[in-house]
Amino acid sequence: MELIAKQNKTDVGNAAVSVSGSVAVLDALLAENVDTVFGYPGGAIMPIYDALYDYNDKLKHILVRHEQGAIHAAQGYARVSGKTGVVFATSGPGATNLVTGLADAMIDSTPVVCITGQVFAHLLGTDAFQETDVVNITTPVTKWNYQVTDATEIPAALAKAFFIAGSGRPGPVLIDITKNAQLQMFDYAGYRKCEHIRSYRPKPIVRNEYIAEAAKLINEAQKSFVIFGQGVILGNAEKEFQQFIEKAGLPAAWTIMGMSAIPTNHPLGVGMLGMHGNYGPNLLTNECDVLIAVGMRFDDRVTGRLDKYAKQAKIIHLDIDPAEIDKNVKTTVPVWGDCKETLPLLTELIEKKSHDAWLQKFNDCKKKEEEKVIHAELNPTDETLTMGEVLKQLNELTKGDAIIVTDVGQHQMVACRYAKFNHSKSNVTSGGLGTMGFALPAAIGAALGDTSRQTVAIIGDGGFQMTLQELGTIMQFNVNVKIIILNNQFLGMVRQWQQLFHEKRYSFVNITSPDFVQVAKGFNIAGKSINDRKDLQPALKEMLDAKGSYLLEIMVGKENNVFPMVPQGKGVSEIVLSKEEI
Amino acid sequence: MTKQEYTISVFTENQIGLLNRITTIFSRRKINIDSFNTSPSEIDSVYRITIVINETEEVVRKLCRQIEKQVEILKAYYNTADEIVWQELALYKVPTDVIAAEVKVERLLRQYGANTVVIRKDFTVFEVAGHREETEALIKVLEPYGLIEFVRSARVAIIKASDGFHKKLQEFEYKEPGEEAVENVFLNDHEKVFSM
Repeated sequence: MELIAKQNKTDVGNAAVSVSGSVAVLDALLAENVDTVFGYPGGAIMPIYDALYDYNDKLKHILVRHEQGAIHAAQGYARVSGKTGVVFATSGPGATNLVTGLADAMIDSTPVVCITGQVFAHLLGTDAFQETDVVNITTPVTKWNYQVTDATEIPAALAKAFFIAGSGRPGPVLIDITKNAQLQMFDYAGYRKCEHIRSYRPKPIVRNEYIAEAAKLINEAQKSFVIFGQGVILGNAEKEFQQFIEKAGLPAAWTIMGMSAIPTNHPLGVGMLGMHGNYGPNLLTNECDVLIAVGMRFDDRVTGRLDKYAKQAKIIHLDIDPAEIDKNVKTTVPVWGDCKETLPLLTELIEKKSHDAWLQKFNDCKKKEEEKVIHAELNPTDETLTMGEVLKQLNELTKGDAIIVTDVGQHQMVACRYAKFNHSKSNVTSGGLGTMGFALPAAIGAALGDTSRQTVAIIGDGGFQMTLQELGTIMQFNVNVKIIILNNQFLGMVRQWQQLFHEKRYSFVNITSPDFVQVAKGFNIAGKSINDRKDLQPALKEMLDAKGSYLLEIMVGKENNVFPMVPQGKGVSEIVLSKEEI
Repeated sequence: MTKQEYTISVFTENQIGLLNRITTIFSRRKINIDSFNTSPSEIDSVYRITIVINETEEVVRKLCRQIEKQVEILKAYYNTADEIVWQELALYKVPTDVIAAEVKVERLLRQYGANTVVIRKDFTVFEVAGHREETEALIKVLEPYGLIEFVRSARVAIIKASDGFHKKLQEFEYKEPGEEAVENVFLNDHEKVFSM
């Protein structure tokens, strides 16, 4: 059926054809240029799956092993491609299994459209089989959600869903469609993309007076400091951002979500912010005179104690979401708007400068961090492998061109501290929500979302066991994911905290693992486990050169800690480089 | 900043589930809602929600931003009591024989501007529209005379400085917003009533 031809508005009118709600759903996806759907069938979404049978050549459906896997995969897909990820799930448990992923996508501003089946409209509220009030459950974790009970609503609901998910500050949208609406035949007049909703302003209007005020502050300042988040990536403003910092000659540090927006070796890139970020960016946040925040939301993991955060500085905050301004940190000059539009305006007005002495301060901090932390992490002298040296070797082999997908915990912090990136949209991780189990399914989505780059998932032994069923998805669809498990036989980050703040009372952090290589083998995925330094580089090379997916388990030091660290409840300038300083 | 009573006026589309979206903004932050009223507005398709809370201005401003961020919300304003004209409606059920016998009651009801809604042999229902102090004061007064039931409605409020929502809506209906439709006017007009 060639229905999308009708999307042209001039076609709408007499040319209506009778189609089912399910066909209208799939036609909408095609009109939105969706090529991949992650999903899992079930009773209440069967009509859509039935229609999908005829769309096999146009829509690739990836059958996951758990709905959480579907939404994380859609997130990974969205994060590397910049497109909206699409998920199908059935009602009840299918839909509730999406909740973690929705929350993750909400807090990390990832565009995802989830379509869930729902029981027949006449059964709503009767505690029918597999009935859950999905719209209410997902309200706090969706940018928008809607229940469709009549097929005629489907085209408009989906058009709105895609518009809302992908525009402004992106986010997850859920459309719940009752089974009768999926089955219902109706006169379909074609799909119209949604471009405007009167009650929804994706972008606030850009106000030149604030741009001028911000430029004035920057021009008068001696040591401004730029901190940036995922907004730069979501706004496709990488080039504009680089031009801005290069003209201003200012040091720029990224949040975990902003990472890879500029190449990690950019001369003005001074590292990562946050609890386990780099020493200089954290320390000098409390020394700069103007703090320029671009597309970031002052998360508590970035700011540490708010009453000790950049109190000396004037704050310029560029953000597309008005609700972020002044939310956590009081702004001196707010620059509302899409940073792709506001950054060039700002760049235009600032003076070209260099700040050698100020940059030198960052370099001095970097040297100190090198001496006290980085050198030992990357060049350990004792037998046990460190996570850092794995990253170092990996960088040498991938040359910074790979997509790195990480889970949550110590390995995530180490990977984000040491991974090198040349390209934007390369660092995929669960930032705001900290969802263990995110990486494996997200890597599946990432590998499918950008086949031109290699996808390497780095996962801890704990997180891997949360979603390892998705190895089945990798097997079935020959997804090319290189999986590195950094196994320290502990839930490492919690263990680190128990060591540092709970008198080493190791309470349920000792986790045993199956033979991961055997597990992988069961899924027809090649693998290897190593614990010797001399095997590290060859094993990584073997993994990267392998034809398809590959699982490499690397046994690392059991009780290594991630440093530096801004201990909880401390200010960013109270960052410590070793446990002795705590 | 000290806490005080704020009246939040929210202009919304009519959609099922929207109330839930709004109330979770408060409940998530453990903020108690004193009064919550939904009503039509002067415009056919636009609904008006009036919420009363006791908070600092900073919190209220942030709440309004979070409310406006929701897709189906057109606008959220917050005002202090002196910036609005507001009423709450209260109903009082009292035994008819008592009030018929007591001359004082009649005087009191006059004094409080109460109207009679229903008179039955067994009970009489009065209504008072007014500020909270007024409706509350009458409870105290009627208690000795055997007040059987009391109920008070949510607050409805008109913003003194508002010239209605028609113009605003027109701006929203344009794809490209005019200057007036921006969300950040409050910075220029921080002191003005009708802004945030």
